[in-house]
Amino acid sequence: MNPALWHEVPSSWYLILSAMLFSLGVIGFLIKRTLITVFMSIELMLNAVNLSFVTFAHDWHAVKGQIFVFFVMMVAAAEAAVGLAIIISIYRSRATLNVDQVDLMKL
Amino acid sequence: MHLILFLIFAGFCLAGAINLLMQTHPINSALSLIVVMSSLAVLYLLLGAEFLAIAQIIVYAGAVMVLFTFVVMLLNVGEEEKTHGSKIAKIVGFPAIFVFFSIATTVLLEAQRHLDSLKMGGIRLSDAMTTLRELSQVLFTDMLLPFELTSVLVLIAILGAVALARKEGHS
Repeated sequence: MNPALWHEVPSSWYLILSAMLFSLGVIGFLIKRTLITVFMSIELMLNAVNLSFVTFAHDWHAVKGQIFVFFVMMVAAAEAAVGLAIIISIYRSRATLNVDQVDLMKL
Repeated sequence: MHLILFLIFAGFCLAGAINLLMQTHPINSALSLIVVMSSLAVLYLLLGAEFLAIAQIIVYAGAVMVLFTFVVMLLNVGEEEKTHGSKIAKIVGFPAIFVFFSIATTVLLEAQRHLDSLKMGGIRLSDAMTTLRELSQVLFTDMLLPFELTSVLVLIAILGAVALARKEGHS
């Protein structure tokens, strides 16, 4: 192996890692049956997208990419607060967190 | 050195994400999500984003995940019940993820190999860090309006969370 490679990671590797994490997040969203783990999968997807934002910001020397990640974090924190409040009120009215039993809006 | 660090923490990330899917108890999923987020913070540091690395640990691994574990323990969520799951998810979802992942990987690898215009080079440890000074200069000049809007958003989110989680019957 070329010794120069030890000090350098291609940026596509970071982006592929991001794609992997995003795919795992989508898989979790589909297979998980507890409302709270479904919500965790959404957080995983947000983090995966953040990683690709930071990678591109590094590649293009664009500080604005990092500021986008900062905004995503703010929105994710707000979303977590509201989402968990919704989960608590669902649990209060139905006493279950199984997504199969929370199907009022399903066709 | 960078390659080794990248491989270690990318491995932690993927292991944590896969563990999140495999575990049936939500508290185990939450803890593995903390592993994912902390290793992502190290990856941000490798990419030169020092402020985001710290913010990732404080906001995500700290605040958001504490909120998650708090809710898991508050509601005393038990083991996940195994059900057959959605049929549409099986027929459309999984092939769609597979297609998305294959296309993304192929495009990225091809772009790395051929397109110099995309400037997808290698990343080294010696690359310059984005300092907090540079970041805040852009944040408080060009992006001032979005920044102020997020503070309104957070305020609304707090009010919404309080309104949603409040006990019924009290006014």
